[in-house]
Amino acid sequence: MREISATLITEEVSKMCISANYFLNKDIYCALENAKKEEVSPVGQEMLSQIIKNADIAKENNVPICQDTGLAVVFVTIGQDVHITGGSLKDAINEGVRKGYTEGYLRKSVVSDPFIRVNTKDNTPAIIHYDIVEGDKLKIEIAPKGAGSENMSKIYMMKPSDGIEGAKKAILDTVEAAGPNPCPPMIVGVGCGGNFETAAILAKKALLRPVGSHSDKEHIREMEEELLEKINSTGIGPQGLGGRTTALAVNIESFATHIACMPIAINISCHVTRHAVCEL
Amino acid sequence: MNVKITTPFTKEEASKLRAGDIVSITGTIYTARDAAHKRMLEDYEKTGKFPFDIENAIIYYAGPSPAKPGQAIGSAGPTTSYRMDAYAPKLLDLGETGMIGKGARGKEVIDAMIRNKAVYFAATGGAAALISSHIKKAEVIAYEDLGAEAIHKLYVEDFPAVVVNDTEGNNLYETEKAKYRTL
Ligand code: SF4
Repeated sequence: MREISATLITEEVSKMCISANYFLNKDIYCALENAKKEEVSPVGQEMLSQIIKNADIAKENNVPICQDTGLAVVFVTIGQDVHITGGSLKDAINEGVRKGYTEGYLRKSVVSDPFIRVNTKDNTPAIIHYDIVEGDKLKIEIAPKGAGSENMSKIYMMKPSDGIEGAKKAILDTVEAAGPNPCPPMIVGVGCGGNFETAAILAKKALLRPVGSHSDKEHIREMEEELLEKINSTGIGPQGLGGRTTALAVNIESFATHIACMPIAINISCHVTRHAVCEL
Repeated sequence: MNVKITTPFTKEEASKLRAGDIVSITGTIYTARDAAHKRMLEDYEKTGKFPFDIENAIIYYAGPSPAKPGQAIGSAGPTTSYRMDAYAPKLLDLGETGMIGKGARGKEVIDAMIRNKAVYFAATGGAAALISSHIKKAEVIAYEDLGAEAIHKLYVEDFPAVVVNDTEGNNLYETEKAKYRTL
């Protein structure tokens, strides 16, 4: 048994909430710079310049890249030989979110109930996904997610006969319907297979993958490349104001499924796709 | 075309703008999101008043992050506008002349813009730190309990935006998308 203290977890989560919201990850930053060089629309180029300049200002002044500092989505991968001391893992994470969002001057965007909409004032509860694995390590990933892009996400319970072409159409339709709303250039996370909830979680996990990375499954990789090309031919462009840069990446994850199922979940994200990781 | 705009923003000024114009706005604007719109209209039904003068006003759909010590305001980019579509036609009928947000508007809002000579501007979604540098003063003037969703009175200088819907019904999202579409 390896012991990890709850206080340490709280500290790390707090720091990650802040850093994820202030500093745009390098993979996205580079992808934006490359897109700017290739963008054919002058307005599109101007939008990309503003987006890059914004990331620079946020980094220099230690302020949030975007005002929607999101719901704190947390992926925990915990080794079965880890023992948390001095409190529960869940409480430690929520305390970290509370601390980070308060001390980092991040926006508190959580209401306690979908219908009785009272702000919890500290951005808790976080949305936490747990995965128990072998070993004695604890990995925590934070992916604060804004609502503008989250609201454009969709899940389709398709028929196996719809096949890969049906899945591609569903993904393209979702992006077209989203249009300018999710602050394009987007990052499109897709989960194929599993069941209703697994597909959605896979789609969210796909967003954690760096821009430019690809699935190691041949057919999925081809799907990612073809869809990126198609999405960038829709004309939507940066901020929906026209151009070639509609998405920076299409990341697809897949999993086994039922003989009668073909769920496809599409989690739309924006150019402020945030992700911080720590391993304890 | 690059156009400088000052507030109050009259119907005449609004009518001169065309979809695609790049504007920089200087003057006083007000923030309001879903919750503030809802409450503003409920209060109006009861009292016949708004928390600010709606005539010739520009409303910015935004909920800023908290200001750090020494800052006028935290990061303050636009939120998605369609959530305000249910309330916008009424406000336009009552004198609002400009809206700033991101994303497409519904038909009823577009019709109300044409009818009332008002325009819809897009600010760059996610460019919240950059936009904040154009906000020189900020003050909560109503619904403080709503936190980030409270109504803020902002003084802005050269606030960058693009005209998406003009008073003649042109829609930049549609025309530009068609131009670059190769699918
Ligand atoms: S979609 Fe992303 S960039 Fe746009 S406002 Fe939301 S979090 Fe910010």
